[in-house]
Amino acid sequence: MDPDTDIGGAQQRFPVTNQSAIVAARSEDHVVRQRAFDTILTSYWKPAYKYVRLKWQANNEDAKDLTQGFFANAFEKNHFASYDARKASFQTFLRTCLDGFIANERKAGQRLKRGGDANHFQLDFLSAEDEIAMHAANVDLSPEDYFHREWVRWMFTMSVDALRQRCEASGRMVQFQLFEAYDLRDDGETAVSYASLAKTFALEPATVTNYLAATRRDFRRIVLDKLREITATDEEFRTEARSLLGVDVK
Amino acid sequence: MKWLSDSKVSHLRSIAGDPDFSGTKYAFIKELARGGMGTVYLAEDTELNRQVAIKVLSTPDITEDLRRRMIREAQIIARLEHPGIVPVHDVGVLPDGRVFYAMKFVRGVRLDEYAASTSATRERLRKFQAVCDAVAFAHAHGVIHRDLKPQNIMIGSFGEVLVLDWGVAKILRDDKNAVSSEADTLILPPDGSNKAGDTAHGTVIGTRQYMSPEQSRGEIDQLDERSDIYSLGAVFYFLLTDHAPTDEKPRTVNPKVSKPAEAICLKAMSRERAARYGSAADLSADVSRLLDAEPVSAYRENAYEKVSRWVGKNRFLVLLVLAYLLMRIFFIFTSRS
Repeated sequence: MDPDTDIGGAQQRFPVTNQSAIVAARSEDHVVRQRAFDTILTSYWKPAYKYVRLKWQANNEDAKDLTQGFFANAFEKNHFASYDARKASFQTFLRTCLDGFIANERKAGQRLKRGGDANHFQLDFLSAEDEIAMHAANVDLSPEDYFHREWVRWMFTMSVDALRQRCEASGRMVQFQLFEAYDLRDDGETAVSYASLAKTFALEPATVTNYLAATRRDFRRIVLDKLREITATDEEFRTEARSLLGVDVK
Repeated sequence: MKWLSDSKVSHLRSIAGDPDFSGTKYAFIKELARGGMGTVYLAEDTELNRQVAIKVLSTPDITEDLRRRMIREAQIIARLEHPGIVPVHDVGVLPDGRVFYAMKFVRGVRLDEYAASTSATRERLRKFQAVCDAVAFAHAHGVIHRDLKPQNIMIGSFGEVLVLDWGVAKILRDDKNAVSSEADTLILPPDGSNKAGDTAHGTVIGTRQYMSPEQSRGEIDQLDERSDIYSLGAVFYFLLTDHAPTDEKPRTVNPKVSKPAEAICLKAMSRERAARYGSAADLSADVSRLLDAEPVSAYRENAYEKVSRWVGKNRFLVLLVLAYLLMRIFFIFTSRS
């Protein structure tokens, strides 16, 4: 993971699990709660920041403070523990909480103090700003749809990164490079065929096929694992999987 | 982390979810069903402008050699022309290496859904006979299905019975009636987890509750028409009891099942292959006798059962004779008095 987006070092301290962080957020154990919070923060800070910039028309400094403040406040007061999967998706819940938090901040005319205290998370706001500059929201896109779009993008970005790490760790970098060349090629690049990849990587065409198929399966598994971490129930997981991938999962 | 454009996100979404039909003449529409051996999708045949069902098999990790064999098998299966068989009419390989079969998209209900709405046993058994006929036809052409179950049998809009999913069938003999070697047969594991080459003896294919003991044990060289007969017996069990087969006899699950019907079922589902029906046609013939209240080959009746069955079958005649006798008795008594 990019060091810029590491948060508080918690993920280095504890093994990553695929249990629901939403459920773990209700734990009595502070350590478990902390880890759950880290997962939620990692999964949502970037779409949340972009959403604050768009919907609340906040400048980048205010948006940073509001995003930091929202997550710090949510952690301190354990807001995420009150999520009820029967009422809405977690994504909707988080967005609603964020709106409520900002509305209160603005109402009270307060300005969050920047930096310095215990709940200051190391988040790569610069990359988020670059992305906003590169790809602004469409005029006809509602802030809610924009939040969802950016969340999907962030989920896939994290999954690609996790896939790369997994391939690296297991000595399968060729597989990842094939995946990168075929499935992550830049928009302007000419499409490559499996045969040309086989030639480039000095592999049999069937091997390219099998490597790509296996890597894609890994990718799918990673996406679904991440999704399971940030959903509270099986039903919510299936609904989100359908929304994210358009498939029914068991 | 590298930023992903909208088109990349869209592509990743498709490779993680939907099958990639690029390079084929099919356009993905939606997922229809997901099973152990693959997923069936509804797709548009863009050349012929018609909808088709496409089964994408779960195992992509196969060698070129195995892929060729698999396609050859599909070509042989595609030659089966019978009103009760939905044949494979196209086969190919997706860009990700998975083999797919295109089949006619059948509008109707699955046999299990049909059974849920039709309690009349006779109707169910007539449908079962049609299944046997289709399977007998395939057997006559040297093809065994290997995954017969209610979910692979459709009742069409006009009540026609269609056996689906011949994509993992096995070719016992080709057109020249030569028996194929085991190496010519690709076996797919139900969870799609095995790699290419794991197709030898010991690999299991099919749906456990409906598969023969030899198939459950992965004894591929033992598979022949009688494995399908076992599966047909299991489907028959389901139609008699509304439950997938278990160790319990049909009459234990549903006491309304007649002894001859149970005997047919148990004969078809014999653990010993030699004790099963010799052919799907024989099984169909026994079911036909059952429907016509004739003695079935699978059950030896005692004298009382013979009489009961005869009376049941000739109820009208028996009633007529009884009425005649009653009238005679009545006249005898009235004439005496």
